[in-house]
Amino acid sequence: MEALGWWGVPLAVLGGAIRASTPFLFVSLGECLTEKSGRINLGLEGTLVMGAMSGYGIAYLTGWPWLGVVVAGSSGMALGALHGVVCSRPRVNDIAVGIALMLFGLGLAFYLGKPFIQPKAPRLPAIDLGWWSSSPQVRAALEVNVLFIVGAVLAPALLWALNNTRWGLAVRAVGDSADAARAMGYPVNRVRLLSTVAGGFLAGIGGSFLSLYYPGSWNEALSSGQGLMAVALVIFARWDPVLCFFAALLFGGAGALGPALQSVGITWGYYLFNAAPYVLTLLIMIATSSTRRTLIGAPGELSVTK
Amino acid sequence: MMSVQDGISRRSVLKMMAAGATGVAASLEVSRASAAARLVVGAAYVGPKDDYGWNQGHAQGVAALKQIDGVKVVEEENVPETIQIQKTMESMISLDGAGLVFATSFGYWEHMLKVAAKHSKVQFLHAGPTVWKDGMPTNAGSYNGYIDEAQYIAGIVAGYTSKTGKLGFVGAKPYPASLRNINSFTLGARTVNPKATTQVIFTGDWVLPVKEAEAVNSLADQGIDVVTCHVDSPKVVIETAEKRGIFSSGYHVNQATLAPRGYLTGAEWNWPKVYTDYVNWLREGKTWPHLRRGGLKEGIVRNASYGRPVSEPARKHADRAKAGFMDGTFVIYKGPMKDNTGKTVIAAGKSHGQIDVWLESMDWLVEGVTGSTRS
Repeated sequence: MEALGWWGVPLAVLGGAIRASTPFLFVSLGECLTEKSGRINLGLEGTLVMGAMSGYGIAYLTGWPWLGVVVAGSSGMALGALHGVVCSRPRVNDIAVGIALMLFGLGLAFYLGKPFIQPKAPRLPAIDLGWWSSSPQVRAALEVNVLFIVGAVLAPALLWALNNTRWGLAVRAVGDSADAARAMGYPVNRVRLLSTVAGGFLAGIGGSFLSLYYPGSWNEALSSGQGLMAVALVIFARWDPVLCFFAALLFGGAGALGPALQSVGITWGYYLFNAAPYVLTLLIMIATSSTRRTLIGAPGELSVTK
Repeated sequence: MMSVQDGISRRSVLKMMAAGATGVAASLEVSRASAAARLVVGAAYVGPKDDYGWNQGHAQGVAALKQIDGVKVVEEENVPETIQIQKTMESMISLDGAGLVFATSFGYWEHMLKVAAKHSKVQFLHAGPTVWKDGMPTNAGSYNGYIDEAQYIAGIVAGYTSKTGKLGFVGAKPYPASLRNINSFTLGARTVNPKATTQVIFTGDWVLPVKEAEAVNSLADQGIDVVTCHVDSPKVVIETAEKRGIFSSGYHVNQATLAPRGYLTGAEWNWPKVYTDYVNWLREGKTWPHLRRGGLKEGIVRNASYGRPVSEPARKHADRAKAGFMDGTFVIYKGPMKDNTGKTVIAAGKSHGQIDVWLESMDWLVEGVTGSTRS
């Protein structure tokens, strides 16, 4: 294998963006949908970890990684439904419920996941998009998982559906003004429940990517806060699914920056480089904030922006 | 010191307590007199005990104790290095009657000393580079291994096997024990291939699966074909290396099953021996030094058996070096030695044997390592 030298850095960032962005992408698309309906589900970190654990466990027990993905999505749906049902009660704070569910999801996943830390489950297959290249590094960077492609297609599809379908209209109406939506005859709680369930489904699938593809094993430190970051990423992406996709790529790629710079001999400041995505988020938030209006695209019913 | 349970009359318990200061000897008599007298051993881990890494190594040591007749084990996983470890130890002592406690994470030390001061009849042992000093509770001590000897051997194997002469090391933080592993690994490799280099990547923390995978990918992109590591759970590093088709050398425990094609060898702890020693000494009424250290010779560390890609000359060379450690004639840190900025760190004619505490505060990387100790 030829050494790449400095070319390794952009390649590692590109590869990292493709490899590490998928969990961010799925969680943020799910959260985007939930928030569009006017609720925040902060519990998606727990859902992500629960999805990772259940997906890995099922893949190990049955030998079918895709069944693991389905089960991961289902466990996410269950946690989403719990959030949706509890928040349907009057005067329940969705943020508090979300935090409770996050801790619950983490605890449950650690408890049930104990026997799966050591065994090796079959991994999801990869698609070799670098077949045209003779460089093994490029080929490795362009090894793409189907879930990434699904997410990449899902992002514009979700944007289109939100803007152009009856379902999308219902979600947006409920999210922008519950009173108006009720006057139009939309069942507010049911729309929100379904949006939260769908959001949980996506977050669960994001978790299965972590345990079944990259880094591809189950342990308790697997997510280390990626689910929380993805929730913040939705605000960063202005509740736009396509922007969520690019933000996820950015966060994934930024995670590869620290190791890649060290591999070419830039040995100082790796804590700083590891913090790069957060610094960038802060800067963009500050640059685009305004004292006169709420964020563009923010659903009116969202408890944090109301 | 020992927990005495059913089958013993109140009188014999009182007798034993009367023995007072010679508690060990007294309980020994009891245990001879009645098989029901048991030693309860407590062990606390900072992570899951099946992590293919640091915690699993200790759990293997504790598992060996379960085989011993009359020993009962109480374990707790995922104990944070906070006041929580004090609570865990207190409950092991008060509720389970533990007479010997193993605190297996670096940050447990200060907490362990506090609990040890309160329970003078219980023995406390800490795994790590900590040093007992006068004034600390006399029932506390620490044990640690010179695992860099095993890394030196792994370096020889890596030097032989690497085609590019470029080795990689994924570290968590640039702390002395990690630097010593990196240096010994590199020095071993350079006895075989004087041009060999080691590229170091620090991830920033002990368990960061995604960063560790990214680090291995970056190393592979730079033409590095042997990777080893010093992180808590090497599973992700070894699996990613195998996926990228490069060789790997393990750490903490044996990870050969994770990389059947590319696993060369590994630097492992031999805690089953260490833990069994302590329990036997305790039951024989022997005391032990507050500080216990050792390498290959003392059987505290070992190397994983060679993998398929390791050639015959590499095995021979590595075995020869191992023999040098076993008879105590070989010293890794012998001058003249330069660090990777060109400065002489060990003058010609000077040498630092393994027990030299100067090595435990290592803050430099040897010539041939690409990386820096700054964060």
